[in-house]
Amino acid sequence: MQLHHNKHHAAYVNNLNITEEKYREALTKGDVTTQIALQSALKFNGGGHINHSIFWTNLSPNGGGEPKGELLEAIKRDFGSFEKFKEKLTAISVGVQGSGWGWLGFNKDQGRLQIVACSNQDPLQGTTGLIPLLGIDVWEHAYYLQYKNVRLDYLKAIWNVINWENVTERYTACKK
Amino acid sequence: MLSRVASGSSRKLAPALGCLGSRQKHSLPDLPYDYGALEPYIDGQIMQLHHNKHHAAYVNNLNITEEKYREALTKGDVTTQIALQSALKFNGGGHINHSIFWTNLSPNGGGEPKGELLEAIKRDFGSFEKFKEKLTAISVGVQGSGWGWLGFNKDQGRLQIVACSNQDPLQGTTGLIPLLGIDVWEHAYYLQYKNVRLDYLKAIWNVINWENVTERYTACKK
Repeated sequence: MQLHHNKHHAAYVNNLNITEEKYREALTKGDVTTQIALQSALKFNGGGHINHSIFWTNLSPNGGGEPKGELLEAIKRDFGSFEKFKEKLTAISVGVQGSGWGWLGFNKDQGRLQIVACSNQDPLQGTTGLIPLLGIDVWEHAYYLQYKNVRLDYLKAIWNVINWENVTERYTACKK
Repeated sequence: MLSRVASGSSRKLAPALGCLGSRQKHSLPDLPYDYGALEPYIDGQIMQLHHNKHHAAYVNNLNITEEKYREALTKGDVTTQIALQSALKFNGGGHINHSIFWTNLSPNGGGEPKGELLEAIKRDFGSFEKFKEKLTAISVGVQGSGWGWLGFNKDQGRLQIVACSNQDPLQGTTGLIPLLGIDVWEHAYYLQYKNVRLDYLKAIWNVINWENVTERYTACKK
């Protein structure tokens, strides 16, 4: 947690600020080439900042168990049961090739929950339009010191610290 | 086909037990040195997990995927063939890349190449130092998981440095012939170097097997 927050996330924040400053200059000068050249750094560091900011709130020492009320009903409706939802998000997250995230997102157009994976630090909303509710970081830095190559054990463990209150808040907010 | 020279992987023929056909499966190549041989530059624990877990998984999953692919091919099932492509590239690439990597490293490595390869490096990058800086920078700059490569461009007869994502194999995706690969997936360094990929990059130059890189270079110039 310490390296993840204080080194990895901190680096995304610093590099995002640097990139936005360069972008601002290029925008001012009307320098389109530079703007385009900066895009991947913006997406990578910006996405990294967005994703991790959500992630810390998605976890809690008082977490675990199951959601309640409307969110639980939506999960049952869109995935069949809470167990099936857990299995699917776990499978999608374990299956990410390389670095990336597993996401529970809300599809506003269709009014339904969806599970998708994103590569690297591609942010869910910016790249798919889905509203992020719950993200699972499966970059190796998120688990390797403890779980080594066994990503699945990390996935099994993380269900014990999911902050369903926060996920519910995010769900409620996007249904407005 | 993985060539023996390039990949070092051995293909074992299934025993002829009167079954329908022999299945040639890929197998995990032995490491040419002990797990701890590259210390202090790369920890033995990393080498063991990297070889015995990560690379082994690519080999197993490649064999499984090729088997499914063989079935789909037999049935003329194009949809399934296409659906299997990403698993083939990922696990196949993983096997190819790591097979090259183990031979690119040596406990007796380090220093600089000699002869033709050194001349080519000077010609195409300006100097050995500039080449080192460039390959280091490309490798450090990989966003997410991937590899930094020194490759040979046969069409243009020159060396090139490129990065590949995930386990995308150099030759299969770019046409360049792989000479030297640097794995920058976090599993390649995190236990020892944590988030400081640059320190890992600086250390790995001490164990580069220039003999092997030279062999590969010589082979592709034929």
